Amino acid sequence: MNNLRGTLEAKRTKNRKILSIYLTAGYPDLQATVPLLKAIVDAGADLIELGVPFSDPQADGPVIQEASHKALEAGTTVGAIFPILKEFRRYSSVPVILMGYANPFMKYGWQRIVKDAAEAGANGFIIPDLPPEESDEFAVLCHDAGLDLIFLVSPVTTPERIEKINELTTGFIYAVSITGVTGVRQSLPPATHAFLKRLRQQTSHPALVGFGVANAESAQILAEESDGVIIGSAIIRRISEAESTQEACTSVGSFIREIRSALGENE
Amino acid sequence: MTGNQIPQKLTQWPDERGRFGDYGGRFVPEILMPAIHELELEYEKARNDPSFFATLEELNREYTGRPNPLTLADRLTAYAGGAKIYLKREDLNHTGAHKINNVLGQLLLARRMGKKRIIAETGAGQHGVATATVAAKFGLDCIVYMGEVDTGRQRLNVFRMEYLGTKVVPVVSGSKTLKDAINEAIRDWVTNVESTFYCIGSVVGMHPYPMMVRDFQSIIGEETKRQHLEKEGRLPDALVACVGGGSNAMGMFYPFINDKSVAMHGVEAGGRGSGVGDHAATLSYGEPGILHGMLTYMLQTDDGQVGDVHSISAGLDYPGVGPEHSWLKDTGRAQYTSVTDAEALEAMVLLSKTEGIIPALESAHAVAYAVKLAGTMSPDKSVVICLSGRGDKDMEAVFDMVAKGGEK
Ligand SMILES: Cc1ncc(COP(=O)(O)O)c(C=O)c1O
Repeated sequence: MNNLRGTLEAKRTKNRKILSIYLTAGYPDLQATVPLLKAIVDAGADLIELGVPFSDPQADGPVIQEASHKALEAGTTVGAIFPILKEFRRYSSVPVILMGYANPFMKYGWQRIVKDAAEAGANGFIIPDLPPEESDEFAVLCHDAGLDLIFLVSPVTTPERIEKINELTTGFIYAVSITGVTGVRQSLPPATHAFLKRLRQQTSHPALVGFGVANAESAQILAEESDGVIIGSAIIRRISEAESTQEACTSVGSFIREIRSALGENE
Repeated sequence: MTGNQIPQKLTQWPDERGRFGDYGGRFVPEILMPAIHELELEYEKARNDPSFFATLEELNREYTGRPNPLTLADRLTAYAGGAKIYLKREDLNHTGAHKINNVLGQLLLARRMGKKRIIAETGAGQHGVATATVAAKFGLDCIVYMGEVDTGRQRLNVFRMEYLGTKVVPVVSGSKTLKDAINEAIRDWVTNVESTFYCIGSVVGMHPYPMMVRDFQSIIGEETKRQHLEKEGRLPDALVACVGGGSNAMGMFYPFINDKSVAMHGVEAGGRGSGVGDHAATLSYGEPGILHGMLTYMLQTDDGQVGDVHSISAGLDYPGVGPEHSWLKDTGRAQYTSVTDAEALEAMVLLSKTEGIIPALESAHAVAYAVKLAGTMSPDKSVVICLSGRGDKDMEAVFDMVAKGGEK
């Protein structure tokens, strides 16, 4: 049962901002992932993007590259993610999107990944290197399994293309805030704001902004021009600075609470 | 779905989705999509503009020094004891390898498009040097990404690039070789997409690069065809080229694809063995996957992570291969094989001592296989080796190896 759309729509109709948190599965090790997921939802995240590590993450900056590398060294495989997800599902029904590059999914098998993801309680996929041009077959598989396939748009995406992507994406539309890779930015260019304005007029889906969100302040600014924000590298950095899983959970939890309160509390 | 016409001849690929059969495509982050569409459009316009090719032709002639000769290697032929061996002398091009054929084409296009910032990746440094060279000639800013392992083993080329005014950025992520340099170049492109032209060094990456680079390199095969006809009054019986990403091979093969009597052999880096991480023989040992924007044969782990590679030659040290080669392999039009580090080193010495030509380590792979092949053919047949580059850049590394008394 896919509650992504329901969750997001409910927030949107109440005019509340959505907070989505990215976490690399298996970082720093596989045992840490379930406690971290719990800490993230306990702190008020509405949505989780669970990163499936890849050896060659082209759209990621150094922080997430390093997390992927460590997760792979710790033995994280595509198949190892499903038991984690199942365990988390006993605790929470907060939607989880699997975010990963095309090749590990292709190697696992496109049909098999959809089936296993649905069974484990995932709600959908984001695959940065599978643009609309290459995603026809996978989109059908997702649709048939009741999973969402979320597409990205960026400040350089033309209005015609946004229109097309708006038709294809399900669940929400992922607005990449800048031209660039993932990673914390101290400030965002004016083009970001113009882009978000334009996007909101064009899309019928909730628009969530990701890439570069550094702190509560930037989250708040971006959320005013969108339906919510996605935070990744800033979370991973806090985990990397912690000495233990417990410390990582505490640190990530308090950071998310800060952002949550800047965006407006959940009821 | 889009009423695609299925190409009837192998030379009509790719289709409008950038596919060669199933291979190729555009598996890239959304941010790059507009740039890729623009590039495709601009290349199509340039392709239909006679003045573009007239300028390219002039540069090939006046700057690179084309046409380069098709040299009969008579002492090597005698050594191999079979078919006549010819060498297509890409080593005599300005900058010392075939890479400049492609760079001149791409940077002319960049100039047409008004892009002033050029980025490139390089493995052996030959593509980087060619890009730095042409960027200097055209007055463009140039940044080259190069794995840290490769900056170590190709120091001379790093110095050459810097001397030409290019900024060389050592890449420390992943395996610190060519594939990581491509990742880093793609990250730069994603970030600076509006100002920057990405000059890819082989027939790899997202559409339209595999097609475009092939077109610019096809001059190798076109000249070879003409020269062989002049010398022998007929087409060669076999073509042999080394395959890293596959650009010198594709450039040699493409004009002959519909000439069914001409056998085509791609030679990959067999490294030090057939185990994972011991070689870079993608077509020989790999399987289809998605890497650097293309669906193609690649070396990968059971979990879909990009595989480790090894080759004595930095220019062949790549876990993927151009998608058109994947297609030529599956259709059986070309054969792919591999040659070990040790065989390549031997062939490097052999060509030096028999012909007075020191080949690049990459090209030495083709020489090694061609000698074996020629030995199985009769003297009335001929084999053309694409001698993709000269060996000066490898002298220091080979010297170190010899000094250490063996491989590595
Ligand atoms: C001399 C030479 N030959 C061959 C190659 C391999 O590239 P490709 O397979 O694209 O021709 C290189 C790459 O650096 C090279 O420098």
